[in-house]
Amino acid sequence: MELDAKIPEGEITTLWGQHKFNMSLVSPNNKRKFDIIVVGTGLAGASAAASMAELGYNVKAFTFHDSPRRAHSIAAQGGINAAKNYHGDGDSIFRLFYDTVKGGDYRSREANVYRLAEVSANIIDQCTAQGVPFAREYGGLLDNRSFGGAQVSRTFYARGQTGQQLLLGAYQSLARQVGLGNVDLHTRTEMLDVVVKDGRAVGIVTRNLITGEIESHSAHAVVLATGGYSNVFYLSTNAMACNMTAAWRAHRRGAAFANPCFTQIHPTCIPSSEEFQSKLTLMSESLRNDGRIWVPKEAGDDRPANEIPEDERDYFLERRYPTFGNLVPRDVASRNAKNMVDKGKGIGPLKNGVYLDFATAIERLGADTVEERYSNLFEMYERITDENPYKVPMRIYPAAHYTMGGLWVDYHLMTSVPGMYAIGEANFSDHGANRLGASALMQGLADGYFVLPYTIGDYLSGMLGDPVVPTDDAAFVEVEQDVKDQIAFWMNARGTRSPDYYHRQLGKIMVDYCGMERTKEGLEKAIAEIPALHAEFRQNVRVLGSSDDFNETLEKVQRVDDFFELALLMCIDALSREESCGGHFRTESQTEEGEALRNDDDFAFSSAWEWTGRPGDPKLHKEHLEFNHVKLSQRSYK
Amino acid sequence: MDVQLKVWRQAHSNAPGDFEMYEASNISPDMSFLEMLDIVNERLLEGGTEPIRFDHDCREGICGTCGIMIDGKAHGPQNGTATCQLHMRSFSDGDTITLEPWRAGAFPVVKDLAVDRSAFDRIMESGGYITVPTGSAPDANLIPIPKEAADTAMDAAACIGCGACVAACPNSAGQLFTAAKLAHLNLLPQGQPERWTRTENMVNAMEEFFGSCTNHGECERACPKQISIDFIAMLNRDYAKAGVKNRNLAGQQA
Repeated sequence: MELDAKIPEGEITTLWGQHKFNMSLVSPNNKRKFDIIVVGTGLAGASAAASMAELGYNVKAFTFHDSPRRAHSIAAQGGINAAKNYHGDGDSIFRLFYDTVKGGDYRSREANVYRLAEVSANIIDQCTAQGVPFAREYGGLLDNRSFGGAQVSRTFYARGQTGQQLLLGAYQSLARQVGLGNVDLHTRTEMLDVVVKDGRAVGIVTRNLITGEIESHSAHAVVLATGGYSNVFYLSTNAMACNMTAAWRAHRRGAAFANPCFTQIHPTCIPSSEEFQSKLTLMSESLRNDGRIWVPKEAGDDRPANEIPEDERDYFLERRYPTFGNLVPRDVASRNAKNMVDKGKGIGPLKNGVYLDFATAIERLGADTVEERYSNLFEMYERITDENPYKVPMRIYPAAHYTMGGLWVDYHLMTSVPGMYAIGEANFSDHGANRLGASALMQGLADGYFVLPYTIGDYLSGMLGDPVVPTDDAAFVEVEQDVKDQIAFWMNARGTRSPDYYHRQLGKIMVDYCGMERTKEGLEKAIAEIPALHAEFRQNVRVLGSSDDFNETLEKVQRVDDFFELALLMCIDALSREESCGGHFRTESQTEEGEALRNDDDFAFSSAWEWTGRPGDPKLHKEHLEFNHVKLSQRSYK
Repeated sequence: MDVQLKVWRQAHSNAPGDFEMYEASNISPDMSFLEMLDIVNERLLEGGTEPIRFDHDCREGICGTCGIMIDGKAHGPQNGTATCQLHMRSFSDGDTITLEPWRAGAFPVVKDLAVDRSAFDRIMESGGYITVPTGSAPDANLIPIPKEAADTAMDAAACIGCGACVAACPNSAGQLFTAAKLAHLNLLPQGQPERWTRTENMVNAMEEFFGSCTNHGECERACPKQISIDFIAMLNRDYAKAGVKNRNLAGQQA
């Protein structure tokens, strides 16, 4: 496998514009001769499918949900960044680019990030024109807020439901194309494998979740917009069905998987309560704009929050980081909260949280303003915990939330398999080792609306006149048989425990050894334990019902099986990266003040792992990162 | 706490269905309703019975995937709450809880408690959008929108498409869902050019699948996002106007 990032030569500020001119085009009347498969219909998938269909391509879109509107992009709360500088506070494309590279702890590709910042402004224009009801000032213009540690106000938002409104905008554009007959939409259909022939992606194999039918679909190009893998931790803020199966099977068919250990732990989630907990609920990071985070100064202080006097509280982020205070980046906020809990200062019934207190904000702004900003979040919190955050501080704790790692892609967003693209959270491209708040929505829509529709033409133009590979070709038949054999294997699984049982065990290993802090010993232990548990899982899991049916256990068992292999790769990646950077914190590599200490001499690269056919024995390829526009420095938020 | 579940089981859309009784013992009041069902399902699976199929995903009340008729109420007893956000503290020890799928002609049962709501997508495809090809948008601040209008549009846009409004309606009408989308788009300046065709197309598509609205108001009551029934009045007004609107002059009048 040869990795070529295909970064064009030239001045970074004009690189993308120049490259758009240099790429080959497919003329309007030839676009209808090309078929494109898009798997996943979240922000990235829906926006890509709609945009490419508008251009004239034949698009087939697939989602395992009952409607594209269900994708987990819908749950993003806080907002979307864009370098509009509407507030005249010094924002610019270059600043958004700079902040993103720095926030990612210098482990992302400059050219990609610059392009992301460049198209960010177009996204806001596009979404506003679609009718996305962004928050507005009384004069009728768009409102912005500062978010997640940014020193400028560049975040656009729609109450606490920004992801919902952006997804509905993309879904509506997609629905229009479905109605016009330009997109063939397959709902409740899960991709189970990708078909590669003569080194090119030529189609996918799917399972109809209701009838169980296995089908092949061919196309000139395959786009994976299948999201991230936080659910490898079992408890995360991801939706229940979020999984890695599509991307993992693409990996097994030759797509390199990059930086799997770069996972983001979000600092403000509701702490877990008991074993039965099925998922963790995120409380938008925007709450940190007005909430103050604290723990009691004394470990083991059991008094209710309101009875702890001011001078016995430790506002630890404000104390340690006077400039950024409660708005330090996510990885820093998360690790500090963990340290407090580890020191026995955790609060709540299980002593597994820290306070996020709005008393000062209510005093300063009035309850009405606080309500206008956060009412839906406060309601959600109260519904879950039965506590009123206007009266008692919220309890929060970090939880797995987003995965920066993903399928390796070049500047065109093409994976290491020609003809196969990965967009949105499914790829690894823009966030380095840590993603800034309000940048996930930006990247998903940048890829789908403004990057892929251009770059895919460059690949397709060389195939003009080539028919798609027919689905009765041997390449398809073989993969279909593989998928059927695997399903038959699982339908014969007559062990004793549910897939969830093993998923929980796997999650525990990952949280303990590959979570917020990682050590050599811990990772080695995980690498020993995971294959053993995986073997037991395959031996002892139980699946009931039929494969020709709407069978959730069968869906789940395959996803958990893939999580096992991914988990192993994550630990191998984390072990090999003997430095701390962003969300990857190796205890052995920290500054005297306990901050992540990078090793730029040895690790300024992206790790792209090649599948060798043997889980646990992947082959590493390094994509060396060059920084010509951003000066590498130790991140400091003091 | 211990509760009994009376659950609708149906193998597929053409099979007859019936209620089955299940024990849910040793349940914490702090569990969400769906976590309780997860536990029941895990016990069923490990005990050799096929689990109860129900739709669910985000468990944060925003994706609209879940939806169970609980004791005859769409999404259960708590107002403004989707099934996934309902907690067992809303029930008492010893309760028998009845779980049914959404019951509506337009929403055929797929299996057990899961239904097919694709009729909603058909309504959306008929006109639930603003036509704006990617890349053709003007600068976002070129179109000032009064805050009140933007806020009301957002109130309507908060709909999660769960279908509780249809399930709660004695006529299985789709008015609240359709009205919410129409209000969202018709209230905004960007939505004006297609306002009247959108209204006619979406209402016509809706009527292919759903019953008629006779102002019972059950939909508003059941809506987990508490979308106001006022939007149905707006739908009716716009639909009446759409029939007589001189489209040649549409750009000049709201």
